[in-house]
Amino acid sequence: MVKKQYRSTGEITFDIFNYIILGIIGIAAILPFLFVVAGSFATEAEITKRAVFLIPTTISFDAYKFIFSTDTIVRSIGVSLYVTVIGTIVNLFFTVTMAYPMAKRYLMGRNLILNMVIFTMLFGGGMIPTYLVIRDLQLLDTLNALILPGAISAFNLIIVKNFFQELPVEMEEAARIDGCSELGLLWKIVLPLSKPVLATFTLFYAVGHWNNFFSALLYINDPSKWPLQVMLRQIVMLSQSAAGDLSLMDPNFVQPPEQSIKMAVIVVGTLPIMCVYPFLQKHFAKGVMLGSVKG
Amino acid sequence: MKQGAAMGTAEIHTGSAYRSKRELIFKRLKRDKWLYILLTPGLLYFLLFKYVPMWGILLAFKDFQPFLGFMKSEWVGLEHFRTFFQNPDFFMLLRNTLVLSLLNLVFFFPAPIILALLLNEIRLSFYKRTIQTLIYVPHFISMVIVASISYVFLTTQGGAVNEFLYTYTGSKIDFLADPNWFRPMIILQTIWKECGWGTIIFLAALAGVDVEQYEAAVMDGASRWRQIWHITLPAIRSTIVILLILRMGTILDNGFEQIYLMMNALNREVAEVFDTYVYALGITQGAFSYSTAVGLFKSVIGVVLVLGTNWLAKKFGESGLY
Repeated sequence: MVKKQYRSTGEITFDIFNYIILGIIGIAAILPFLFVVAGSFATEAEITKRAVFLIPTTISFDAYKFIFSTDTIVRSIGVSLYVTVIGTIVNLFFTVTMAYPMAKRYLMGRNLILNMVIFTMLFGGGMIPTYLVIRDLQLLDTLNALILPGAISAFNLIIVKNFFQELPVEMEEAARIDGCSELGLLWKIVLPLSKPVLATFTLFYAVGHWNNFFSALLYINDPSKWPLQVMLRQIVMLSQSAAGDLSLMDPNFVQPPEQSIKMAVIVVGTLPIMCVYPFLQKHFAKGVMLGSVKG
Repeated sequence: MKQGAAMGTAEIHTGSAYRSKRELIFKRLKRDKWLYILLTPGLLYFLLFKYVPMWGILLAFKDFQPFLGFMKSEWVGLEHFRTFFQNPDFFMLLRNTLVLSLLNLVFFFPAPIILALLLNEIRLSFYKRTIQTLIYVPHFISMVIVASISYVFLTTQGGAVNEFLYTYTGSKIDFLADPNWFRPMIILQTIWKECGWGTIIFLAALAGVDVEQYEAAVMDGASRWRQIWHITLPAIRSTIVILLILRMGTILDNGFEQIYLMMNALNREVAEVFDTYVYALGITQGAFSYSTAVGLFKSVIGVVLVLGTNWLAKKFGESGLY
């Protein structure tokens, strides 16, 4: 595209350095994670022999076997999956149903509602008053406490609203003349046209739920309802590696190294993100751009 | 129904045809009834989970007694604020919060800008895309994972970094407990996690720069550095200003999760910030009124800072946020 032009040695040096530096930065971004993955497959001998390695000499699945044989971790994975799936559905329902009417310029009270939403982005009740509301609603120690208080992200709502607003009005009018109802319009015309945006937000919301730690810390005291992120902290940082139950049940079981178990839990906690990342990556640059368009 | 819907949008500008304003409102409510029904769940959400807690802020001015309830608890005015400002913890919190924010501003804020400028100089689009894919990854990893990875690597009990240090220097450093290492650790985590993601917005701004400007500059004999300085940087100036405004608003927010996860009894002196303090006193110790007051103090300063910076930005001829 760009025609070949004269380049000074200074420029060439700049380019070479630039390529090398960015290469290093790119690798640095994922290197810690690669170490953890390698460590999760390590045996006791490996861990004591070498501190840092990327390719273990002998691969052992003991840490993973251990994780999936403990009740506590498996249950917390179940909790996280439940909250992620149901939570994302709730997010989409609430966001779309609210964004759609707000996209209608002729809707009475639209500006009031919009300002009301924007105000919550600037100022909020804070941790304690919100906690008390959740408590008074009897949501403490229920999984709904991880889903309902975050049902809509004001930021996402406004982006979706702006997107709906940009859809061509003519299509809508034509459908109305053919006798399409308001709900039919949303379901049959607007949503199919919004697939890329909805896909972006589905993924963003889902990642948010999977990664959520704060809500569970605040609202869930019952360990049997802890999502994986809270369990992860217990195991890695507070070193309460649910070790007990297994060695009691099976005397022949060889306890995998503590360090490997921790790394394996970290891998499990990240795995779903790594699985959706390729899909996510295709969409998010566009999603972020949408956000920067004012309206 | 069908007919009414068909007329739908056409009716909007014919308001004068109605006899009274009330009738107009009623007509429009009826015409758009499905829209209002759709709005209901969202509105309820905002009222219940955003506006009711705002009402709860009044707790800061009351002496909340659980058995009396919210309404019957006694008003105490600014009592909790007075106690807080006289508490030596106040200065510790303010210092820790501001130092962390300042370090973030100095070390983290410019990082995505520099990274975006470097990326922008890459001509090979395949290489550029690969690097972008890699550097966005950490953004999607939870803070718990980031903290966990830090623990696993930095612990003195078999952590890779310490094993490495021990082999070559014969001593270990307890990064996780040493107060001197807390701040660098937090800043490094933030840079690792968010620096790549932060480039997106700058790259978007850079994509809008007119290529002809560069061509003209090359004609005039401008070097790559000169081009960056005179064309690229001015082009993203307003984006930088907007992000700076947003950052000012969150200067008292240091990210609860990260601090909470990295804090322990040994580094508390440099780690405790407003949010973790509110959590510790409010949720774990039940001092609802006092911690609400602390939280309110923080939010109000935050709002004032956003509005103030925005005003200042406008004074300097930038478009600002509002």
